[in-house]
Amino acid sequence: MIRWMLGRIGRAAVTLLLLLAFTFFALKISADPALQILGPDAGTDAVHAFRAKWGLDEPLWRQFLAYLLNVLRLDLGISYRTTEPALDLVISRVPATLALMIPTTIVAVALGVPTGILAACKRGTSWDRGITLLSIIGFAIPNFLIGVLLIYLFSVKLGWLPPSGIVDWRSYLMPVFIMAIAEAAIFARFTRSAMIEVLEHPMVETALAGGFSKAKVLAVHVLPNAALPLLTIVGLFAGSLIGGGVVTENVFSWPGTGRLLVESVGARDFTVVQCTVLLIGVTMIVTNLLVDVCYLWVDPRLRDAKRRSK
Amino acid sequence: MSAIVEVVPAERSSVPGSIPFLVRLSILFTLLLLFCAVFAQWLMVHDATATNLLNRFAPPVLFGGDWAHPLGTDNLGRDMLSLVLRAIQVSFLVAFIGTIGGAVIGTILGLTAAWAGGVVDDIIGVLVDFQATMPFLVLALALLAVLPGADMTLFIVIMCIYGWERYTRLARSVALAAKESTFVQALTVTGTPGWRIYLLHILPNATGILLVNMSLNFPATILAETSLNFLGIGIQPPDTSLGVLMGLGRNHIYNAPWLALIPGLVILLATLSVSLIGDWLRDKMDQA
Repeated sequence: MIRWMLGRIGRAAVTLLLLLAFTFFALKISADPALQILGPDAGTDAVHAFRAKWGLDEPLWRQFLAYLLNVLRLDLGISYRTTEPALDLVISRVPATLALMIPTTIVAVALGVPTGILAACKRGTSWDRGITLLSIIGFAIPNFLIGVLLIYLFSVKLGWLPPSGIVDWRSYLMPVFIMAIAEAAIFARFTRSAMIEVLEHPMVETALAGGFSKAKVLAVHVLPNAALPLLTIVGLFAGSLIGGGVVTENVFSWPGTGRLLVESVGARDFTVVQCTVLLIGVTMIVTNLLVDVCYLWVDPRLRDAKRRSK
Repeated sequence: MSAIVEVVPAERSSVPGSIPFLVRLSILFTLLLLFCAVFAQWLMVHDATATNLLNRFAPPVLFGGDWAHPLGTDNLGRDMLSLVLRAIQVSFLVAFIGTIGGAVIGTILGLTAAWAGGVVDDIIGVLVDFQATMPFLVLALALLAVLPGADMTLFIVIMCIYGWERYTRLARSVALAAKESTFVQALTVTGTPGWRIYLLHILPNATGILLVNMSLNFPATILAETSLNFLGIGIQPPDTSLGVLMGLGRNHIYNAPWLALIPGLVILLATLSVSLIGDWLRDKMDQA
């Protein structure tokens, strides 16, 4: 079990290293920092002196090591645009992003899981077909499209909700709703297939034959078993939440990391782009690792199997 | 006592070969879009790039406009109908090449991983992990930010990255399973070269799943393309796409809502109908 865990951690570490290599080379090809900082009119002597000072004329692997050390020291460079430290700038935008994502997750689970259960229990009926169709629609509609439509309806036509930024609690309604639709669609879909798999298991029939009530069998036998495979989609969910967040934040001029990322890409503010990408990548890697740990902890079969195999 | 699962025979799929109404509608609409994409040059009444500052924001017929510009004109006086046709063409082209590119790259990597095993398999596995942890939109934004001279070709190349890792996983698992089967062992014994076994004997076994994955990937590619271009990053004017039009239209949502509504409707119906077709195909595969 420990070996299995170490394997997972090793894999996460390699992915992290790949991520760092990606951001390092992305920064390398993006621009010459000497010219970026000194300006295009700088003399060749000044450029050479700058390169020597910052180690830019050293071999690539030494530069990469230096970069790794800097990242470890949380020194991620200065934003070209605002001259603030890039990390501070990104961190300052995180609360607004979380303020969207946490309610979105709650709404998505509250909407998606029960509808998935309903669809699985009423499999093959028009309930099931309706829910499946809705989840396809929820997944196929682009965030920005519903965003613009809702702004047109509720802000332009009716004037009920603020179209952009954070004004008061009403500002959260549209973005959270929009992001939750797509995520709820994912949950509904996976809950349905996970439930159906368990419902087809002979133990369900046995329990029903034994005279337990439908509700009890569902609550005690089916749901816990169906909850397991749902863990695997947490990683996928986190990814789509971040991706959807980038778009939604931009539709609503939300002062979060997603908007910062797009602004920085537009302004070619590479250090901030790098910093945001690192933050998102690390979040995803940690999330996936946590899912693995949870799996081990929640699933007794896996736990015992690992112990036996050791 | 009633069972938890109320299995009702699905009356629509009971007749073999029958296609549900919604799927028929979707196929019809997709064909219409394909027709527009292929023949856009001949369907355009006006030049899509011709501006006319004297005739800006002309409303579509439905909003009280005239038939000279059935879908109205934009903020530069360009004919919306021609723009939308051109945008359908570009968006479909990008989505097609992106989907096929991703499928080819992913499948080759998956087969290679299964064939070579060992270190190669591990390296490809790490790449798959990396792609799976990095949301595509973020990766594409980062690449578009740092790569110089962002143009259409570069954008299409980046779209080819989208979703490759799923093909790799699928192709690898099918190939690994096939590797153990007797027919592959027989081929190996008779001295058939590895590439022949993988391309001519193992790959056909994976075609079904890979094709279904492509049909599910295609609308997702349209979504990714339109999202990126909606954010104003990717295809630059005067080139256009459905996402670009949507992004431009959003700036004029107060005075000319149709500029956003028309491309939005096309995107919505396109992704929806292709998704419905893909989902139906997947169900068919599962039943078989």
